[in-house]
Amino acid sequence: MSIIILLLIISLTIAGGFLAAYIWSVRSGQYDDVNSPSIRIFMDGSIKDHEKKQD
Amino acid sequence: MPEIAIKENTIKQICFHCGEICQSNSYVKDDHHFCCNGCKTVFELLSENGLENYYLFDKSPGVTVISGPRRSHYKYLDEEKIRQGLLSFSSPNHSAVRLMLPTIHCSSCIWLLENLHTLNKGILNVSVNFSEKIAKIDFDPKSIALSELAETLQMIGYPPSLEWNKNKKPSKSNHEKQTALKIGIAGFCFGNIMLLSFPEYLGFTGVNNQQLKLLFSYLSMLLALPIVFYCSQHYFRSALKSLRAGFLNIDVPISLGIATLFLRSVYEVVFTVGNGYFDSLAGLLFFLLIGKWLQERTYSGLSFERDYKSYFPISVYKIDESEVQSAIPLEQIEIGDRLFIRNQELIPADARLLSDTASIDYGFVTGEAIPVNLMKGDQLYAGGRLLGKGIQIIIERRVAQSYLTELWNNKAFRKNGNHLSGKLINKVSRYFTLVIISLALLAAAYWLMVDSSKMWAVVTSILIVACPCALALSVPFTLSNAMFVLGKINCFVKNTDVIEDLYDVDTIVFDKTGTITEDSANGVKFVGSNLTKKELQGVLTLANNSSHPISRLIVSHLQVTINPLSDRLSGYCEQQGSGIEAIFENNTFRLGSINWVKDKLAIKDEGSNRTFLSINGEYRGYFDFGVKYRKGLKQLIDSLSTKYQLFILSGDNDKERNALSKLNIPIECMRFHQSPHDKLAFVEELQKNGKNIMMIGDGLNDAGALKQSDVGVAVTNDCNAFTPASDVIMLGNKLMDILWILKLARFARFIIIGCFILSFLYNIIGLSFAVTGNLSPVLAAILMPVSSISVLLMATASIKIFAYIKHRTS
Repeated sequence: MSIIILLLIISLTIAGGFLAAYIWSVRSGQYDDVNSPSIRIFMDGSIKDHEKKQD
Repeated sequence: MPEIAIKENTIKQICFHCGEICQSNSYVKDDHHFCCNGCKTVFELLSENGLENYYLFDKSPGVTVISGPRRSHYKYLDEEKIRQGLLSFSSPNHSAVRLMLPTIHCSSCIWLLENLHTLNKGILNVSVNFSEKIAKIDFDPKSIALSELAETLQMIGYPPSLEWNKNKKPSKSNHEKQTALKIGIAGFCFGNIMLLSFPEYLGFTGVNNQQLKLLFSYLSMLLALPIVFYCSQHYFRSALKSLRAGFLNIDVPISLGIATLFLRSVYEVVFTVGNGYFDSLAGLLFFLLIGKWLQERTYSGLSFERDYKSYFPISVYKIDESEVQSAIPLEQIEIGDRLFIRNQELIPADARLLSDTASIDYGFVTGEAIPVNLMKGDQLYAGGRLLGKGIQIIIERRVAQSYLTELWNNKAFRKNGNHLSGKLINKVSRYFTLVIISLALLAAAYWLMVDSSKMWAVVTSILIVACPCALALSVPFTLSNAMFVLGKINCFVKNTDVIEDLYDVDTIVFDKTGTITEDSANGVKFVGSNLTKKELQGVLTLANNSSHPISRLIVSHLQVTINPLSDRLSGYCEQQGSGIEAIFENNTFRLGSINWVKDKLAIKDEGSNRTFLSINGEYRGYFDFGVKYRKGLKQLIDSLSTKYQLFILSGDNDKERNALSKLNIPIECMRFHQSPHDKLAFVEELQKNGKNIMMIGDGLNDAGALKQSDVGVAVTNDCNAFTPASDVIMLGNKLMDILWILKLARFARFIIIGCFILSFLYNIIGLSFAVTGNLSPVLAAILMPVSSISVLLMATASIKIFAYIKHRTS
């Protein structure tokens, strides 16, 4: 039966890890603007990228 | 004239930058056509700096560059006080500012703005929030001043809107973040508790199962702690608040349910009687929080709460005794101050004109498109926009005491929007709570006599199963879906409560100018001797040179049939407040006021909204700007008048009375010469007679009435333009959908009631188990999610179908 307890601990730790990641992402403002990044993703080859490649 | 014929037959070019139709072929660069010099300049500037990609993402992404204020206009931004007020971060090498750029409209805008650093090395980083139209700009104050930054933005077509109290607000409030966190945590706990409860559902039997069972129960309890003590805090708080106010709102039975669920479950686990209902508890909170989040979603990019401060610039130029100009913040304006107002600036407070002439556009205040010409010594009202040469004014009243801004001192603007008792859900919950509590008491009395050991179990079961989860979900899901559907047709609602208010509307008050009428070239007509095509062309070319609103109206009226010929025009001159003059193919054209044309024939035609024309000194007639009612207005009024009482209020004179009386509105329901205060008082008077009023208006002159009414609808032609504080912002061309919007509100109410009935049915099933003492945790865990999800589906699907039917039929 100890295997169930072990599995339980593992599953809760992993889930807890995801929860912590979620809390962090909300706190750091990643959900503040959910609209602009969807547009931004289509802009490849921007000047910013060029500069980074040159560096 | 073969040459002209050719020109007229060529297909009109579309401006490569902004997509406007090009009026002439004079602005060409690299095979691209432009409508004006401004657009061409932006193109040149961008291509010189390797930013041509701007044109790749969208076709004609730019904004027509209006020859707006120059650098000197933004000079005041460098005044230390104003600068500090705007910056969100400031150090010697690094400053940050959040600027609202209302012209942001497409993906190219984001791209261009976020690559601004290639235009000016002083700009370090720009990040754009598209939906809120806000750019967060980091820059180096040593190499670029704030005024220079504003000027750069203005030059490429993104003039920042610099109004009071607007630019510093953080994008998302802490409250919204809290809700997001609560949902996440509730979801986490819900999932894990469900997992731990599975053995119980499936009748788990194993070796040592007693110990494991205990472990699972305690773990569930542990996971339920954040749910009760963090996620459901606001329900307890709101319930306490409403109890103190002597009122039973929906949060009372919810809190009661949560508390009993938790306490009974803890008791069961600690005394090893059972496994408790932690799974139901977590699921309940998870769904409730999603409903809450949906209900609180709003259109963050739109502003519904504007007061007069947000209309005015943050500073003005004061002239002191030694004729020196200095920028002072708006609130420091005193009576007797001499101010300098530039082209396109607003008059901040009631004042008197010191310069000789001025042309003031009160469109902002009255909705009237035609500017007023004023002479030295005339009274100026706050909110008027200056057209043309700069003027000096002397202040007669403070900003807050001015004719227009005084409206905001009215109590209508202080009323608290949060009226607890009116909402349907709270009306229902009052009876619901009483019924549940009396039912619990009756059951308690019965079981006390029959089998007292079972009493507590039954009472708690009743409170648990009666927890109005589905009831509480029906309103947010129905209304937020209705709000979303309305948003799709460009009608933006402040929050979900407004849709409930719409249901109660029985009286509709329309403003006239700008609401049921529209500013368009269709109303323009020329009265006088017939003009030849050549002459019309001359008038068009002449008017095309002026940015005055009247000229623009004439241009849009004439350009439907002919093209301007800019290269044949010479000697153009414009006299502010009088008119314009130029020579077109050896003929002198004059267009303007009666004094400008100076002709006896013209005098007899004098009228308020007329612009006169003379060619070579000979009077030819005038342009009349008639009122144009919106298309479909008659049908709208006809269909509305069967159900609602209609009124029309107009700030104008009553010369339109005859035209309006053709509509199906009794003459006594039309009021003319209404001041902003009259409109407010009128709405208030109707409300005293027990009417629920929907006020539809546009200008600042309706601001008081909009605020006072039960539902204030601001009609605008551009959602980002200034709209007075209101509950609904809608595009002018959607006015004809008012009837459908009201129908949707009725339908939403109908659906909510349907959901209530559905959830009562579930409650009755649950209660029948509970009163007999047979409610098992499994049953509770099945009943609760099933009732929530079915209500959720019913609310969402029915509203969507309703909108789809409208979509199909129109």
